[in-house]
Amino acid sequence: MTSTIEVEREQVRETHDVEPDRPWIVIVWNDPINLMSYVTLVFQQLFGYSRAKATTLMLQVHNEGKAVVSGGTREKAEHDVARLHARGLWATMRQD
Amino acid sequence: MKPTADGGVEPQLSRDERTLVANLASELRSLLDGDTGDPLLRRLFPPAYDEEADETAYRDLMGSELLNGRREALELLARTAKQKRLSADEADAWLRALNDLRLVLGTRLDVQEDMLLDDLRPDDPRASGLAIYGWLSWLQEQLVAALSAGLEGGTSPES
Repeated sequence: MTSTIEVEREQVRETHDVEPDRPWIVIVWNDPINLMSYVTLVFQQLFGYSRAKATTLMLQVHNEGKAVVSGGTREKAEHDVARLHARGLWATMRQD
Repeated sequence: MKPTADGGVEPQLSRDERTLVANLASELRSLLDGDTGDPLLRRLFPPAYDEEADETAYRDLMGSELLNGRREALELLARTAKQKRLSADEADAWLRALNDLRLVLGTRLDVQEDMLLDDLRPDDPRASGLAIYGWLSWLQEQLVAALSAGLEGGTSPES
């Protein structure tokens, strides 16, 4: 999932117009407090990801500072961000 | 923390440990009655958006729900700290409340990623706080392991 979204993002050209049909992405940022095992569990619980996929995303957050963990409509992204915030993860969203 | 067949856990903690975690939860619960803009609590309420107008709308929509969820989880942790057995819902509230305790204590202690407690001098004023932080991390790690085992469907039949 991550690689697909990364590729898509690179292809998006710079624009300041808000296009409602452009998807939103949810980003989780690295922080020094949340446990790696906890972040992996949260990804599994909230998004139904396999242990392997959740671990890959967690390691991407840890090693690269951030990872795109979900996306879609603005409503879906906001719902996902709120669920991540409820679990204490540092999540933000923006239009891709 | 022993996983149970119904997705809950059995915390294997001493009476002192249960008292400690209940007191910590009550303290943070009280703190959440005050100014939630307190820098100490900033990790509990991260922004969702870069744009200020979007962020304000997000706060208006989700702010009180997120705050109430935190209060309820902390109250539940304080209330159930002495229980021998936690249901799946109670274990989930423990998980969130323990994480919030670590986020706030870690912010207060300015915890860094590669911080090693071995390097700490005994007279460091943060020593006792870091000891509690380390213990909370251990406790949360145990709970995560128990709940992860349940998620994998690999829970042992013993409960």
